[in-house]
Amino acid sequence: MKTNSPAGTKTLTTKVLIIGGGVTGTGVMRDLALRNISSILIDQHDLNSGASGSNHGLLHSGGRYAAKDRDTAIECRVEGEILKRVASNCIDPCGGMFVAVDGDDLDFASQFPDHCQAAGISCTPLSPSQAMEREPSLTKKIVAAYEVADATIDPFRLTLESVNHAMELTDSFYMPHTRVEAFEIGDGEIRAALCRDGRSGEQIRIEAEEVVNAAGAWAMRVARLAGCNNVNLLYSKGTLIISNSRMSSGVINRLRPPGDGDILVPGGTVSLLGTTSATIENPDRITPTVDEVDRILAEGTDMVPSLADARFIRAFAGVRPLLMASGHGGDGREASRGFALFDHKEQNLRNFATVTGGKLTTFRLMAERVGDLIAKRLGSSAPCKTAVVPLPSGPAICWTEPGFSARDWYARQDPTDRILCECEMVSESSIDSIINEAPGSEADMSVKAISLRSRVGKGSCQGAFCSIRVTSYLYDKGIYSSEAGLAHLRDFVKERFKGVRPVLWGAHVAQMELAEALHCDLMGLDLK
Amino acid sequence: MIRETRKIKSQLAIIGTGLAGLAAGIFATEQGIKTTQVGHTGSVTYTTGYLDLFGSLSGQQYSDPWQGVDELKKEYPNHPLCQIDREEINVAMSLFVEKLTEMGVGYLKPGSKNLDALLPSGVCKPTISMPLTMAAGIRAKKTNASTLIIDFIGLQGFSGVEFVANLKPSWPELSNKRLQFPGMESGQQLFPEVMARSLEVPENRRKLAELIKPLINGFEYLGLPAILGIHLPDEVHREMEGLLGIKVFEIPTMPPSVAGIRLREIFEQRFPAQLITLIPQHKVEKLELTDGGARLFFKDPFGDVEIESQAVILATGRFLSGGLAAGQQSIRESLLNIPVSQPKGRDDWYSEKYFAPEGHGINRAGVEVDDNFRPLDEDGRPLSNRLFAIGTVLANQDWVRQRCGAAISISTAYQAVKRVAGLILDSTIDSPGKSGKISSPAR
Repeated sequence: MKTNSPAGTKTLTTKVLIIGGGVTGTGVMRDLALRNISSILIDQHDLNSGASGSNHGLLHSGGRYAAKDRDTAIECRVEGEILKRVASNCIDPCGGMFVAVDGDDLDFASQFPDHCQAAGISCTPLSPSQAMEREPSLTKKIVAAYEVADATIDPFRLTLESVNHAMELTDSFYMPHTRVEAFEIGDGEIRAALCRDGRSGEQIRIEAEEVVNAAGAWAMRVARLAGCNNVNLLYSKGTLIISNSRMSSGVINRLRPPGDGDILVPGGTVSLLGTTSATIENPDRITPTVDEVDRILAEGTDMVPSLADARFIRAFAGVRPLLMASGHGGDGREASRGFALFDHKEQNLRNFATVTGGKLTTFRLMAERVGDLIAKRLGSSAPCKTAVVPLPSGPAICWTEPGFSARDWYARQDPTDRILCECEMVSESSIDSIINEAPGSEADMSVKAISLRSRVGKGSCQGAFCSIRVTSYLYDKGIYSSEAGLAHLRDFVKERFKGVRPVLWGAHVAQMELAEALHCDLMGLDLK
Repeated sequence: MIRETRKIKSQLAIIGTGLAGLAAGIFATEQGIKTTQVGHTGSVTYTTGYLDLFGSLSGQQYSDPWQGVDELKKEYPNHPLCQIDREEINVAMSLFVEKLTEMGVGYLKPGSKNLDALLPSGVCKPTISMPLTMAAGIRAKKTNASTLIIDFIGLQGFSGVEFVANLKPSWPELSNKRLQFPGMESGQQLFPEVMARSLEVPENRRKLAELIKPLINGFEYLGLPAILGIHLPDEVHREMEGLLGIKVFEIPTMPPSVAGIRLREIFEQRFPAQLITLIPQHKVEKLELTDGGARLFFKDPFGDVEIESQAVILATGRFLSGGLAAGQQSIRESLLNIPVSQPKGRDDWYSEKYFAPEGHGINRAGVEVDDNFRPLDEDGRPLSNRLFAIGTVLANQDWVRQRCGAAISISTAYQAVKRVAGLILDSTIDSPGKSGKISSPAR
C-alpha cells in the first residue's frame, strides 16, 4: 500500500476496498486476509454502527424460520454450528426454547417440530413443568414448549476480532468515519472511490482493484453511487430493550408467527427483549420510541411476567436491510431474511460487488461468497478458510464482554488501577489498552469510540458519571487537548439519551435527574 | 419487648433536608418556631456550592437575573419565582447567605448581577452567590490573571488539562500542574471529602503548601478542586493564601461534593438545638392531615415515631430525593398523592434532544400551589391551611436548566415560613416567639 497526495487529496491504494464495517464487511476483510488478499475497510461511522450493532445478538438455531423460510432456517442451522466451533470466544451456547402460552395458535405450535425436522433442526419437546424448571421466570400459562440449540453472540467482539485478525495476517487496515461520496468509473470498472473523513472533512481517494459494497442498509445507496440500480432494499426498523439484569438463562422465543415482543435473549449480565418491525423510508438517524417500548414490553410480559417490574436501561433500534424481490409487498416480516450477492456484471462493472440482506447468523457465509467471487476475479485460487480457522482473540478485544473488566480488575489486584466506570467496573488500564491496541484505535479516539470497544456507558447510570470521568482521563492522557473533547462528551451523552429516553420511568427517572444535574449544572454542557 | 410509639410535639414539621428544607429550618429558627425536621440529606451533596438566582431561559443566558425573570414571566407565568416579589426574593437570599456565613461557611453577598461561576469542565455558568473560597476565581478569569490550576493524581473527574483546554481561548494566562496529595501518595482513587478533612489539620495544609510553593513563581492566582476543609473552610482558605502568598480559589468537583457536605454538616451541627429537633437520615413514611395540623410517622432504630405538628412544610424534592415518583405512565407525589401537573403522556416527558434549549417537560412537572404556597387538590383548592410545599417539588420550573434552584428553594422557604409564623405564633398563647427578622403577613 502506498500513500501519495496529489493536489492535496490523499490517495490510498489497495487490492480490495470494503465499504461497511459491520459483521459482513469485517467478515469479508478477514475472509480475504485468510486468502492472503489485503484490503482497506471503511465505515461512515465506526464498527457495527448499523444493524450489526443493534440486534439482539442471537445465533439462530433456525427454529424461527423453520415454518416459513426453510432455506434460511437451514442456513442458520449450518452456520450456527460452524460459528460455535470457530468463534467460540464470542459465543455463549446458552440454548433456547420456543414456548406457546395460553391463547396462542395451537396449530402453529403443533406443527413446529415437523418444520424443524424438515430443516434438520434439533427440537426437543418439553413439558410445561420441564420448561418452568429450566426457565423459572416463564409464565405459568405455557401450553407448549420445545428446546432448541439457540445461542448468543457478541457482535462487537466478533467484528473487533475479525478486523484484528485481518490486520495480523496482512497489511489490511480499517478507517472509521470514512464515507464514500462518489466513484471514479471508466472502461467498465471502478478506478477509485472518493471518500471523505467525517471528522476532519478531508477528502481521501482510494484506488482498489476490487470494490466490495457491504454497507448493509446503506448498500442500495452505495450501489447507486456506482450507477447500479439493481439493489433494492426494504428498510425494516426493529426496536429492542435491555434490562439491567439477566432475566433468563437461555433464549426464550414465543412460539407463534413473528410479533413485537416475541424474543428474550440473554447477553452476559443483561437481557434483550424485542423486536418490533416497521417499514421505514430512510435508514438514517432512527431512534426507538416510547410506543414501541410499551408494545414490546406488553407482549413480552405475556411470556415472562417479571418483565413488568424489571428495570430497563436502554432501548435501541436498528434497520434490517431486507431484499425486495420484484413484485413483493411492503411487509418487513414477510420479506426474505436471505441474502444476495450482486456481481454487477449486467451493470457493466467488472470489479464491483454488493452483498446485503441476510442475518447476523449467516454473516460468515455471506463473506465466504464474496471472498470466492473476489478471489476468482483477482486470479487467486486460495480457498475460503473461515469455516475451519478459529477466530483468534486479540489484545483489547475482550472489553465488550459484560463482566470481563470487573474480573480483570480483581485479578490485577492493583489499587492504583482506578475505576472510571463504576457500573461496569471499567478501569484506567482497560481504557489504556483500548487506546493503545484496539482495532480502529489508530484513528481519532473519543469517549464514543471507547464505549463501542468496552462497557463504558452501558451500565445502569447510562454514562452519567463515567462519561465525565473518562473524558477527564482522555484529557489527562493527552488524547484531548482542546474544546473538542468536551464536544465529544456532549455528543456521547446526547447519543446515549436517544436510547434511554423511551425507557425512562420508575427509578430510571431519578437516575436521569442526576445525570442532567451532572451534565448541565456541574459541567454546563447545555450552555456551550 | 413491647415497643411504644414515641411522640414528638412540634409547631412546625419540615419534611426534607435539601436546600429548601435547610432554608426553611433556618428561617423557622429565626422566627422562633419550634420545629422538627426529618429527611435524607443525600441530594445536597450533589450541589456545586453555587447559589443561583436566575441564569438561563430557553438557551439564552442572562447576566442580569431580573431581566431573565422578566422574560420568564412572559413564558412561564406560573414559575415559582414569578409568584414572589423581587424584593422578597432578595431579602430571603441575603438572609440565607448571612446565616450560612454566621454558621461558618462564608458566602458572597448576593448582588444585582450574575457572577461568572467556574465549572470543572472549564465552562462558566451564571450564578448570584458562591462560597468565599471560590470567589477569587471570578476576578482571576475576568482580568486574565496568570493562574495555575492544580489537580491531584487519583482525583477523578477533575482534570486541570481539561479545565485549561476549555478556558484557554478566553483566558490565555492559564496553566496547570498535577501533584500527589500529601499523605495520599498511594495512587489509589481520592475523594474530595477525605482530602478536605485532611486539610483541616494545620500540618497537612503546610505540607500541601510546601508542594505547591515551588510551582507558583510568577502566578497571581491558584485554583484548586474544592477541598479546603469542611467545617471552617474560610479559615483553611485564608491560611492557604497566607502560606502561599497568592490568591487561592476552589473549583467544584463531582459529587459527593465538599461544598454540599459543608452545608449538610453545619446544618446538622450548628443548628440551635433548643428550637429545632433534627432527625437526619430518616424518611417520613406517612403523613396524615388533621384539623389542627398533621401527624407524621416514621421508624428509627428504636421503633416507631410520631410527630404531631401544627403545620407542615413539604420540601421533599423531586425524583432523586423521592418527593415525586414516576410510574410507567404517570407521575405522582409520594407522601400524600397530591395531584401533580405533568405532560399528557410518557412520550412528552422528555424532548427528543437531550440538550433541547427549552428543557424537558418532566422537569416542569410538580405540585401546584396557591399564592400562600399551599398545595392544591384536583379542584384547585388548598388541601389544608396548614400544609405548604416549597423547593423543587413545585411545578412550572426547571431549576437545572434555568439556573434558579437556590432562589426557588430559598425564596419559597421564606414565603412558607412567613405563612406558618402567621398561623402559629399569632394563635399560640405560649409562643416562644421572639420578634424575628421576618415580618408576619397581615391576616
